[in-house]
Amino acid sequence: MSRIAECFAALDGKKALIPFITAGDPQPGLTVSLMHGLVDGGADIIELGVPFSDPMADGPVIQRASERALVHKVGMKDVLAMVREFRKTNASTPVVLMGYLNPVFVMGYTEFAAQAREAGVDGVLTVDCPPEEAAELSTALEAAGLDPVFLIAPTTPEARVKEIARQARGYVYYVSLKGVTGAGHLDIDDVARKIAALRAHIQVPIGVGFGIRDGATAKAISVTADAVVVGSRLVQEIEAATTETARERLTRLVAELKAAIV
Amino acid sequence: MQRYDFPDALGHFGPYGGVYVAETLMAALEELKQEYARVKADPSFWEEFRHELKHYVGRPSPVYHAKRWSEELGGAQIWLKREDLNHTGAHKINNAIGQALLARRMGKKRVIAETGAGQHGVASATVAARYGMECHVYMGADDIKRQSPNVFRMKLLGANVVPVESGSRTLKDALNEAMRDWVTNVDSTFYILGTAAGPHPYPMLVRDFVSVIGEEAKVQMPEVIGRQPDVVVACVGGGSNAIGMFHPYIGVDGVRMVGVEAGGHGVASGKHAAPLSSGAGVGVLHGAKSYLMQDENGQIVETHSVSAGLDYPGVGPEHSYLKDIGRAEYVAINDDEALKAFHDCCHLEGIIPALESSHALAWAAKVAPTMNKDQVILVNLSGRGDKDINTVAGLAGITL
Repeated sequence: MSRIAECFAALDGKKALIPFITAGDPQPGLTVSLMHGLVDGGADIIELGVPFSDPMADGPVIQRASERALVHKVGMKDVLAMVREFRKTNASTPVVLMGYLNPVFVMGYTEFAAQAREAGVDGVLTVDCPPEEAAELSTALEAAGLDPVFLIAPTTPEARVKEIARQARGYVYYVSLKGVTGAGHLDIDDVARKIAALRAHIQVPIGVGFGIRDGATAKAISVTADAVVVGSRLVQEIEAATTETARERLTRLVAELKAAIV
Repeated sequence: MQRYDFPDALGHFGPYGGVYVAETLMAALEELKQEYARVKADPSFWEEFRHELKHYVGRPSPVYHAKRWSEELGGAQIWLKREDLNHTGAHKINNAIGQALLARRMGKKRVIAETGAGQHGVASATVAARYGMECHVYMGADDIKRQSPNVFRMKLLGANVVPVESGSRTLKDALNEAMRDWVTNVDSTFYILGTAAGPHPYPMLVRDFVSVIGEEAKVQMPEVIGRQPDVVVACVGGGSNAIGMFHPYIGVDGVRMVGVEAGGHGVASGKHAAPLSSGAGVGVLHGAKSYLMQDENGQIVETHSVSAGLDYPGVGPEHSYLKDIGRAEYVAINDDEALKAFHDCCHLEGIIPALESSHALAWAAKVAPTMNKDQVILVNLSGRGDKDINTVAGLAGITL
C-alpha cells in the first residue's frame, strides 16, 4: 500500500487536511521547517509546490510564492533535496509534488520518477498534464511506486471523469470552482452535488481545493469530501509572517483548519 | 514529399503540439474542437469568412516587386507579400476574423486576447467592434510602454486593455493572464489566441485562417513571374504569419521555406528570442510541446528582441515539426540587421515595414546577393511599421 493509501486508511473515515506551500518560499532554507510545522498543526498530507516561471493556473498569491522561490533559483533537484531532508525525521506524512509539467519534462520522466521516489515523494500532480498527455509520465511514476494525482474540474464531463478514474492513484483533486487558485466564492451545495456524482466512478479518495479560506469553509467541504486542500490562504500567512514567525503561524492556522473539519 | 497531414486527432505534429492545459480548460477546448470540425465542413462559414476578407480586410493583398532594393543588392529578385496593406495593418486580422466568426457561432459574447506588439490586440478589438462583442486584451506592462499607439488604438475601438505586471511583463505573461481569465470565465468567453501556438486546436485553426496568405501567393506568383518563387521567407515569433505563408507551400517541391527568428543582440549573447535556431531544447509551455527557451531547471528564460511581436520564448508546434523533418529552415537575424532592413525598405521602396517583418526582409537582403538575378525570394511583409516609429526614434535618440 502506498503511503497515501495508508494515510487515508489510518484516518478511518475522518477527513484529511492537505495543506499546500511552495518549496523555497519565502526562502529555501525554511521549507523543511515549514513542512514539519504543517505536520505539527495536523497536516495529513503535504502538497509541496514546485516553483515555475509561468504558473498559468495560479492566482496572484501562488504566483508570488513561485517568484519568491525563483529569486533563489529553486529547481526540481532542490525541491527533492528538501523532501529528502524532511524524510529524515518524518517517515509517515505523504508528500505530493504539485506543479507544472516542464520542470519534470526537462529532467526526463524516468529519471524524475526514480529521484523523486528515492527522495521520499509519494505522489505527483502536474497541473498542465491532463490524462490525454499523461500516459508516459504516469507509467514512469507508477513504475517507481509513485501515485499520479489528477485534477477534476466543474467542467469535466462524465466520460472524462471515467478516464481520469482509470488513471488516478492516491487521490483525485476536485477543483471546486472555475478559476485560478485563490479565487472567488465557493458554492458548497454545488460541490456536494458534484462529489456525490463523482463517487459513481472514482474509487480513490476525493480531495477538494480552491477557495477554502477558513474553518467554516473547510468544515463545510469536509462533510462531503475525503480531503480538504488549502493553498493560497497558507501562502498568504507566509507572506504576512517574518522568517521567524512563519512556522508558528502556519502551525496555528493548520491546527485551526484541522479542528474544524469533520 | 510524403503525405503531410498534421495535426493528428489529438493535436500532435509529430512529437510536438498536444493539449497541455489544466483540467478546467479541457471541456472548453473540446467544445472549440468540435465546433471547428463542424464549420470546417460547412461551406457557408468559409463563404462568410472570404466575404469578410474581401470587403472588410481588402484582400487579396498584392505581391509587389521590390525592384530598387533588388537592383541595389544585385542578386535575386525580392518580392513582398503585402500583408501590411490589410485593414489594421498586419496579417493578424485574418485569424481574428476567423476566430470571431467561430465565437459568434458558439454564442460567445465576450472575447479575450493576448498581445505583444499590439497588432493582434488591435485586430481582436477591431473584430469585437465589428461583431458587437465585449473585448479584453491582455498586454505586458513593458509592451504597453513600447507600443503606445496600438494601446490607444485598442481603446478607441472600445476594448479594455489590461496591463500584465507579472513575470517579464511581455507577451508570454500576457498569454498566461489571458489563460487565467479564460479559466475563470470559461462559459461566457471565447479566447482569440493570436498565434499558431497554444493548445490544440489553436495551432491548427490559426494556421487554417492565416493560410490565405500562402494560398493567394501560390496563385499570384505564377501570374507575375510565371512560376513559384525559389524561396518564401517570413519572420517567426509564435509563427502565425510564417505558417500562413508556409503551409500552402509544404507540398510544392522546389520552394525553399525560411523562418527568421529574432536574434536580438546575437544568439551567442543569450539575449534573443530564437528557440528554433539557437539550439534550445524542447519543452512544454502554453498548452503545447515545442522548442522552448528555458534554463536547466525547465524555467522559461527572459527573451529579448527589438520587436515586441517576436519577443516570445516558444514557437508554434508545427514549426518545430517542419524544422525536424527539414522541410523548413530557421535562422536568426539580430536587432541591428533588422533595423538596417527597416530603414532600407523605407528609403528604397517607400514602405515602412513592421520591425517583426524587418527580420524577414533582413534575411532576404543578406542572401539575395548570393543568388542569381533570375531567382526570386518572396518575403511575407506581415505588417506595417507605423506602430514602431516610437521605438525606432528612441533607438536614434529622438523623442517624438
